[in-house]
Amino acid sequence: MDFEKPVVELEIKLDELKKSLSVAKPEIAEEIRFLEDQINKLRKRVYTNLSSWEKLQIARHPDRPRALDYINLIFSDFIELRGDRLYGDDPALVGGPAFLENERVMILGHQKGKDIKENVARNFGMPHPKGFRKTKRLMSLAEKFHLPLICFIDTPGAYPGIEAEKHGQAVAIAENLMKMSNLAVPIIVVNIGEGGSGGALALGVGDKIFMLENSYYSVITPEGCASILWHDETKASEAAEALKITAESLMELNIIDGIIKEPLGGAHRDSEFVARNLKKVLVENLMELKNFSVEKLLSNRYRKLREIGVYAKNR
Amino acid sequence: MPISEWFQKKEKYTQITPGAKKRSVPDGIWSKCAECGEIIYQRELLKNLRVCPTCDFHYKLTVGDRLNLLLDDGKFKEFNASLSSTDPLNFVSEKSYFDSLAQSKEKTNLVEAVITAKGKINGRSIIIAVMDFRFIGGSMGSVVGEKVTCAVEKATEDKLPLIIISSSGGARMQEGMFSLMQMAKTSAAIGRFKKTNLPYISVLTNPTMGGVTASFASLGDVIIAELGALIGFAGPRVLEKTIKQKLPKGFQTAEFMLDYGQVDLIVHRKELKATISKLLDFFVGEKQ
Repeated sequence: MDFEKPVVELEIKLDELKKSLSVAKPEIAEEIRFLEDQINKLRKRVYTNLSSWEKLQIARHPDRPRALDYINLIFSDFIELRGDRLYGDDPALVGGPAFLENERVMILGHQKGKDIKENVARNFGMPHPKGFRKTKRLMSLAEKFHLPLICFIDTPGAYPGIEAEKHGQAVAIAENLMKMSNLAVPIIVVNIGEGGSGGALALGVGDKIFMLENSYYSVITPEGCASILWHDETKASEAAEALKITAESLMELNIIDGIIKEPLGGAHRDSEFVARNLKKVLVENLMELKNFSVEKLLSNRYRKLREIGVYAKNR
Repeated sequence: MPISEWFQKKEKYTQITPGAKKRSVPDGIWSKCAECGEIIYQRELLKNLRVCPTCDFHYKLTVGDRLNLLLDDGKFKEFNASLSSTDPLNFVSEKSYFDSLAQSKEKTNLVEAVITAKGKINGRSIIIAVMDFRFIGGSMGSVVGEKVTCAVEKATEDKLPLIIISSSGGARMQEGMFSLMQMAKTSAAIGRFKKTNLPYISVLTNPTMGGVTASFASLGDVIIAELGALIGFAGPRVLEKTIKQKLPKGFQTAEFMLDYGQVDLIVHRKELKATISKLLDFFVGEKQ
């Protein structure tokens, strides 16, 4: 990523210096310390003033931890359940029961790949209707067996393709929205990377909505928005800024309930650090939500949705 | 202010007869059909509900014309008529959202892209929401989401059938995540309405796309597509760019959606009121 260049250059220099050392020389050790100090300062300066567009680059980083990474780091005994029972399975979405400490939960998440091959198999985390219908089926199971639902959002968007349209991409998303708004178990949603429009929202209705520090959530990709409203796709960084897609902006706008800290430079620099923070948030919030009766839970969830929107009462 | 209070303030309702409003008659007495090229006498087009007498091409209807077409004597009681969009993100692209809103209001003489109201269809009271594509492409922002949600809640409270006539390019980008969340909000309201045994009839008119299709418009107990309407999730341009090939002819038309099981039936505009009325008879039973 462009903005990381100065940091990476210094890191390389430091590595070279360390490698060139066969015996410890005090004057070089001094230089190493100085260089390390410089890197830390620079890191802090670069990564604490990221623009929306730069954060989006981190959210899309190829090494960024995926849903299954967090599932493995945070939960135990996860069993993946597959298929929509209608016509297929969609590897762009994963789901199944697991333990969060001693609590039984149902997990759903968009799943991107780690490399090109896996990304092709998982369609870069862009679901088809069969994926949304699989998650809807698992939501029903969660409700039936009283398992709180934990959703990880990480998708560029629902896949725009011919097959997807034929099989009712729109209906599949709409039905998930309706289902989640009325599901009789606690729902905690965490955006761990990309929150691309309707495809993200299809796992995004819940009692508590969190975002990782460098994730983004948007009604349309900044590129798409730029090409429509600016007639110029290269204006994507301006669109990213205008759309208010960062965790920080969405916290200010009261769309989300909290931000989960990432290490400087992004989650891929220390996934265990993020997993620990994430687990703490999940456990605390689950305990809180479990205190509510189903009626209270559902009326709170409805009220929460009901209050989103800004308008004037006089023309 | 809680939503319930809006409904209590009955004096705020205004009765409007859409026929009395200024009709937007296209310039000239004659025009050429955009679809078949036939020269049509304007008066005949209007009399024919803006459907080409030669090729049956359905031109878009304004919200006023639509209400006039569907409701008894064109009469209705509007709710939340004054709710209007602010610009919560101070959104500026090539032009500002604020200016787009002002232009749309000026052009359409509307406050927003949807009118929600109570009216009658062949003597039966119903709650209706009608979208108007001319207002920023019928896009759904906070106001459209709020008005549709209020209409659904009103139908739930008053135990009345719900009819929504959609016409929209999708979510309104200029309101960012506020727009996206309207999909969840409206769907949640429909979910509550569905616990009653009252029908929700969703009518998809040309075009119904994106966030509107992917929320309340696809949740009807019965989904009607108006003849020739373009219906889908992703727009044709986005699709072509993604798959890097031309779309097959007739893709995402009402007929295509019927073939793939996404809508219940296709209805000609002339038959729309009668069809809705008949469905209400089946689902609700005798009129009181």
